[in-house]
Order: sequence, then C-alpha cells, then structure tokens
Amino acid sequence: MTDRPLDAAERSGIVRDGVAVGIATGAYGIGFGAVSVASGLGIAQTCVLSLLMFTGASQFALVGVIAAGGAPLSGAATALLLGTRNTLYGLRMAPLLRWRGWRRAAAAHILIDESTAMAVNRPTTEGARLGFTTTGLAVFVLWNLATAVGAFAGEAVGDPRTFGLDAAVGAAFLALLWPRLKDDRNILVAVLGAAVALTMVPITAAGVPVLAAGGVAVLVGVLSGRGGPAGPTARPGRSARDAGGEP
Amino acid sequence: MWAAILLACAGCYALKLAGLSLPERVLNHPTVERVADLIPVALLAALVAVQVFSDGQSLTLDARVLGLGFAVVALLLRMPFLVVVVGASVVAALARLA
Repeated sequence: MTDRPLDAAERSGIVRDGVAVGIATGAYGIGFGAVSVASGLGIAQTCVLSLLMFTGASQFALVGVIAAGGAPLSGAATALLLGTRNTLYGLRMAPLLRWRGWRRAAAAHILIDESTAMAVNRPTTEGARLGFTTTGLAVFVLWNLATAVGAFAGEAVGDPRTFGLDAAVGAAFLALLWPRLKDDRNILVAVLGAAVALTMVPITAAGVPVLAAGGVAVLVGVLSGRGGPAGPTARPGRSARDAGGEP
Repeated sequence: MWAAILLACAGCYALKLAGLSLPERVLNHPTVERVADLIPVALLAALVAVQVFSDGQSLTLDARVLGLGFAVVALLLRMPFLVVVVGASVVAALARLA
C-alpha cells in the first residue's frame, strides 16, 4: 500500500467505472421493486428495504420468503444470513479504506458486492476510497430510483399471476445464484440446499425450509475443511468476482 | 411486517459495520470463510426451489417451471438480468393462457 496521489486520468477512470456499475445495477432494482410488490409488500415497505437494508440478495430473500407464505421474521432471518457476506467484505476493505468514526459508519451503509469489487484491487488508499465511494453512491442512487419504478409498475399490474410475475421471483434467484455455481462443491451445496428445502416444505412452516438449507452450507463448510482438497489457502481473494451483479 | 423489515435492515447494517470494525484476523479462519462463501449458494438454491416448486405447504408443478426453464436457457446464453426475469414471466404467463 502506497500513498501516491492519483492523477486526473486515473481519477476519472475510477469514477466512470463506478457510475457504469451503478447503471448496470439499476436493472436489478426494477426487478426487485416489481417482485417485492408482487410478493405482497407495500410500495413504502419496498422502498424502505432498498433505502435502509441496501443489499440486494438479502432484500430479494426477505420478499421471497414472504411470497412463499413465510412469517416476516423467517424472511428477516434469511436476509440476515445472506447479509453475513458483507461482514467478510468489510474485513477485507477495512485495512484498504482506513476510515474511522463517522466516515466508517457511513461507508458501512454502502458496503456491498459492487463497491467492494471496484475498490479491493486498487493499489492505493486514495484509489480504493474513490472506487468504493463512487460505486457505492452510484449504485445507491440508481438502485433506489429503480426500486421505486419497479414497485409502481408492479402495483399497476395487480395480481402477480396475470403476467407471470410469480415466475419472475424464481428466475431472479437463479440469476443471483448463477455466477456462484463455479466449482463442484458449490454446485453440490446448491443441489443439497434445494433438496433439503423441498423436503421440508410439506412438514414445516413456510420460511423454515430456506433457513434449513443454510444448515447445509454450515455442514459442508465445516466438513470439507477436514483433510479435503479445499484447504485453508485454496480460496484467496473471493470478494471481487461479482461486479455488475446485485448490490 | 414493518417490525421484521426494520429489524432486518438494522441487522444487515450491523453486519456491514462489524466487518469494517472487527480485527482482520477473524477472516483468517478458513472454516469461517468457507461457510460464509457457501451460505449464499445454499440459500439462493433453496429459494429457487421453494419459489418454483411449492405452493404453500404442498409441492407443485405448474407454469413457473417453464419460466425457470427459460431462465436457465437465458443464463446459459449470458442474457442480462432483466431479460432473464421478464422472459421467465412472459413464458409462465403464456403457458397459463395456452
């Protein structure tokens, strides 16, 4: 880590990349707004999720559990489990950003897949801060605008089954899952998670099956460490892979 | 509903802030990192399955499966997110009309 100042060209390049990622993410926001309203949340609830939770996979998960008839608290628990990956991003970003006090508290709100991805490989603190802030703010503004547009559009549609919006929810989750199916172990966990969830559907309250699948991840994660091929050093630097995905 | 939403919002923010505040060595535990990497995979896969193949407490097969089939093809062809989602909706809606 050096503290060489950025020149104007580097600076505008970083800003341009951040804004581009923000625009790409807006598309997901429209999808979230429409899906959330179709799941039975109000427009205000949908917009509050994007404003305050501001982490896409968790938001989709909360409304998905509710769409399946789950209790709101099951939805909240699923959202929190998915939110744990932001903690890992934070652990990686803290030594790069080196912010304290209110700056750190503010940075935490825009700590998401994209802002991490656009900052984690910058060689200087100044570059990391600029990439993180521009991307985080661009995604924040466009994600929230897009959520509102999607929510109003979804409300206008009315019954979600009319335009097949109920099928959109599953497709949205698959699109979020897709880039993570990159090795055999992840595919195994995905298949096991889906199988466990479907097995639990008839015998538990809605919302529980998805949480039970989280147990599969814990189990495989703990077991595969014991003498398996995926040793401690097998997976460095994972956080930068999802640029342009959901926040 | 509002209580669950606000609770989840506060919790997700706390998870983000914790990451920026905790000492870095927490991350160096390989099991922690592996589990945290696998949790989204298992949860998202479970959400796909439950969204598409269940209706309340029963397992079902209906037009949503065709929508998911479209989504798989669209993702294999590297289509953008909106095409995947809107296309899946259209396919399911058309299947219901047929």
